[in-house]
Amino acid sequence: MARNNDMRWFPGFSVTTLLCLFLLYAPLIIVAVYSFNDSKSITNWGGFSLRWYADVFWGVEAPRFRAAAINSFIIAISAAITSTIIATMAATAMLRAGRFRGKTFSFALINLPLMVPEIVTAVASLIFFSAIGFTTGILTILIAHIVFCIPFAYLPIAARMQGIDDLYEQAAMDLYATRLQTFRLILLPLMAPGIISGFLLAFIISLDDFIITNFVKGAGIETLPTAIFGSVKQGIKPNIMAISTLLLAVSVVFVTLSWLVGRIGQKQQQTATNGGE
Amino acid sequence: MGNTRESMKEVAVDIVNLTKCYGDFTALSDVSLDIRDNEFFTLLGPSGCGKTTLLRTVAGFENVTEGAILLYGEDIANLPPNKRPVNTVFQQYALFPHMDVMQNVLFGLLRLGQDAASARARVGEVLEMVQLGGFAHRLPGQLSGGQQQRVALARALAPNPKVLLLDEPLSALDLKLRQAVRLELQQLQRDTGITFIFVTHDQEEALTMSDRIAVIAEGRVQQVGTARDIYEAPINKFVADFIGETNLIMVQVLGLADGNATCLLPGGGKCTCPAAQGAIAGEGHISVRPERVGFAEPDAGVMSGQVARLVYLGTDMHVDVTLVDGETITVRTQNSTGSYIPPVGENVGLTFEQGAARLLVD
Repeated sequence: MARNNDMRWFPGFSVTTLLCLFLLYAPLIIVAVYSFNDSKSITNWGGFSLRWYADVFWGVEAPRFRAAAINSFIIAISAAITSTIIATMAATAMLRAGRFRGKTFSFALINLPLMVPEIVTAVASLIFFSAIGFTTGILTILIAHIVFCIPFAYLPIAARMQGIDDLYEQAAMDLYATRLQTFRLILLPLMAPGIISGFLLAFIISLDDFIITNFVKGAGIETLPTAIFGSVKQGIKPNIMAISTLLLAVSVVFVTLSWLVGRIGQKQQQTATNGGE
Repeated sequence: MGNTRESMKEVAVDIVNLTKCYGDFTALSDVSLDIRDNEFFTLLGPSGCGKTTLLRTVAGFENVTEGAILLYGEDIANLPPNKRPVNTVFQQYALFPHMDVMQNVLFGLLRLGQDAASARARVGEVLEMVQLGGFAHRLPGQLSGGQQQRVALARALAPNPKVLLLDEPLSALDLKLRQAVRLELQQLQRDTGITFIFVTHDQEEALTMSDRIAVIAEGRVQQVGTARDIYEAPINKFVADFIGETNLIMVQVLGLADGNATCLLPGGGKCTCPAAQGAIAGEGHISVRPERVGFAEPDAGVMSGQVARLVYLGTDMHVDVTLVDGETITVRTQNSTGSYIPPVGENVGLTFEQGAARLLVD
């Protein structure tokens, strides 16, 4: 009886699924597999080798990649920390300040960067920086990254916070905690899974960004995505596949971590509320 | 007994003409109560009557629109919750899920600036008091509902508050446990000497535990008194109907003198009964508890009617008697060999025990 409603019995289900999976993952699998290719060709398999990974770290282009990677990590970590702090404050205000004028508007404002086409933000940022006479460089990249990372950090933090009953804060206040102590000792630890999850997401979004970075980076500064793009313009070599695979691995690890932390948080929340029944 | 024991005592919480509005909605309207030192005081009323709002204004979670709340003479109405020497046991307990039992109970003591060693000793003491000695390092999620309820109690008692506020703390427990905890809670109040303000919608809970009860409905205090006062001498229709079961009988009040009323009952009988303060002549209602109505020969009682229905309740039997005017009077008789239970269809007379009927304020 339940079978009639089971998605798996819909006509064309398996074909659609396979097609989607193929389009999504075949390119990634090909890049990952060919990054271990011993041949200089990017289409013919010449046996297993780690030579392109060695090339990434010690080859001709290695200093450029290394500098770009260092920039990327510095920017991603700084942008993630800053945007997470801002997003935490924003979520606290949105969810713990009761009803205030312009609440819906504030919510839209926080999440606007998700809706605005990235190229528009990129052009606008560039014009803005040059209008106020800011020299483009690592600082302009950082500022731009902080801005577009905020909604990514905000969403998991706000989602987590929404699930925290304000009864805990009332109980803390009732037990002589000041507002600041209540935030630090009760709200912050309970929000921690959301905050960590938001931080990891912001980090990976910043690490991966190309369009905005490319506009506001200025001459001589590269991040990993712009460095990779620079190399590709001179023709696709297998070392690009190796570095892409490395970046993919970092992304997968961080997204997985973010998901795991979120799940732990959810479990904790469930036991806390179920226990009260 | 509660009344004489308590009446000499100092006032712990004095609520003076308290009004609380949410926009156009008046949650509490001109509430005045004095809760005495070392008293087990219950706010009883149906859900939505304002009893929890009243408790939350004392705790400091709601500001007051008008009026004052005096705690041993000091106006606390404008203090934030963390500056009020009162603690709350929440309905859903609100134990901090990321802290173990020890840390939960320590929380208030540390915020008050107690040193860690004496605070820990105090935690041990209160955990013993609620019989949770061995549970200090469990997380709230690892405890049963009853245990969590005790932790919430221990946490609120640890800082030795001047007044303990309890917001329906037993409502999440199952029936058997609830009955056991009632007695423990009452004992705890006697042992600690802390004034308890207990909120419940459960009249049995209120009657069994409280020194005094305030019955609240629609944001107003209807009556304040001991369990016996409220059950036996309800002031108005709401209180009579809400506490226990009663027969409300419409009567014509023929005369009022010295607190007694002479009433004309449906069917032409007359009775003289005590009148609640504020009752007026004219049309009114009397309340008679079902267990205080007896049977007589038809025409021998104050009213007469026909037995319409028998409801078996184990120890007791409910006998519904339909009067000539169509109203129904319920009589509650013990199911013992000695008691007379008329069969359905029998014509019977009804008598009221001495002092059983009471004229109410409408």
